[in-house]
Amino acid sequence: MMFLRGNAACPGCPIPKELDALLEVTGKKTVLVVPASCTSVILGDTQGGQPSTVPVIHSAFAAAPAIASGVAASLRMRGEEDATVVVWAGDGGTGDIGFASLSGAAERNENILYVCYDNEAYMNTGIQRSGLTPYGAWTTTTPSGKKEFKKPLPLIVAEHRVPYVATASIAYLNDYQSKVRKAKSIKGFRYIHLLSPCPPGWRFDAGLTVEIAKLAVETGVWPLYEIENGEFRLTSISKVLVDKSKRKPVEAYLRYQGRFSKMTPEEVKALQDYVDKMWEEIREMTKK
Amino acid sequence: MIDLSEIPVAKPAKGSAGKTGTWRVLRPVIRYDKCTRCRLCIMYCVENTIDQEPNLYPKIDYDYCKGCGVCAQVCPTKAIAMVPEVK
Repeated sequence: MMFLRGNAACPGCPIPKELDALLEVTGKKTVLVVPASCTSVILGDTQGGQPSTVPVIHSAFAAAPAIASGVAASLRMRGEEDATVVVWAGDGGTGDIGFASLSGAAERNENILYVCYDNEAYMNTGIQRSGLTPYGAWTTTTPSGKKEFKKPLPLIVAEHRVPYVATASIAYLNDYQSKVRKAKSIKGFRYIHLLSPCPPGWRFDAGLTVEIAKLAVETGVWPLYEIENGEFRLTSISKVLVDKSKRKPVEAYLRYQGRFSKMTPEEVKALQDYVDKMWEEIREMTKK
Repeated sequence: MIDLSEIPVAKPAKGSAGKTGTWRVLRPVIRYDKCTRCRLCIMYCVENTIDQEPNLYPKIDYDYCKGCGVCAQVCPTKAIAMVPEVK
């Protein structure tokens, strides 16, 4: 066990499990760089101990990829080639505030593994909208539902021509761990985008965390894929979901979450059309 | 040499937020007659509070279990019941 129990995460929060699964693969020789996020609170040294068994650097919101670049360079100078430098950032720290330094590190092809755990809003500060909040979702700053669609961040990072980009889900742990394993074996900038359901922010019962993550994949809202050296490949259950009849309707995913409760039937239709269009684009990408 | 004991360094420890078992409202109770030892609850327990015993059955660490109920949801035989904590 690489991530110790009794930490400050909310009941039902998947972040401790996600970090445990990551560290299980990357091993003891890992450095975590964590910008301001829920994970900063979870990893905090509150009562004479921290839950992480590997060194952690707490960083400013926009600086994590830059700090990780420096750590990777210094480890290289010391000959520690087998160590892994991991940036563990939330969706705000990746897609909004930290995007400039993320883009810079990706362009320089720094030897770091960037994991974005995406809980689709600024959950730590009290559920404000971010660029990665999905269409129709309630947050405290979008009380009648967000009107814009989610930023396609994995594809934006892939456009930097980095060696490895993947999406993952907590419900498919083996798929997630095999992607981390593959990323660990590659040199250069690696990016994993991990959907991380948040019970208080998404307004669902804490016990449904894994079910919600599974439904996100099964309805096609969250496709699982990896892009290795520009080669696009669907993984796990998403391979069969290119066929629309195999996908569940998005209502199945929206129904359990209070944040989508105010969506009108037209908005649900708009989201379904958006998902179908995204899968048409994915079909085109798999043909290449 | 710098005296390392003087530097404030956080050490790995269980219960960095205290005994989180006190947060619990519902208590997961495993019915061992229904358990098939599939390990799904151990795999998906988001807090890593379920251990595997030498006889391969799961055992919940009630000192730290926050009572979220993920284990009860993922259990394929519904062998885990969520029982209200009554003091």
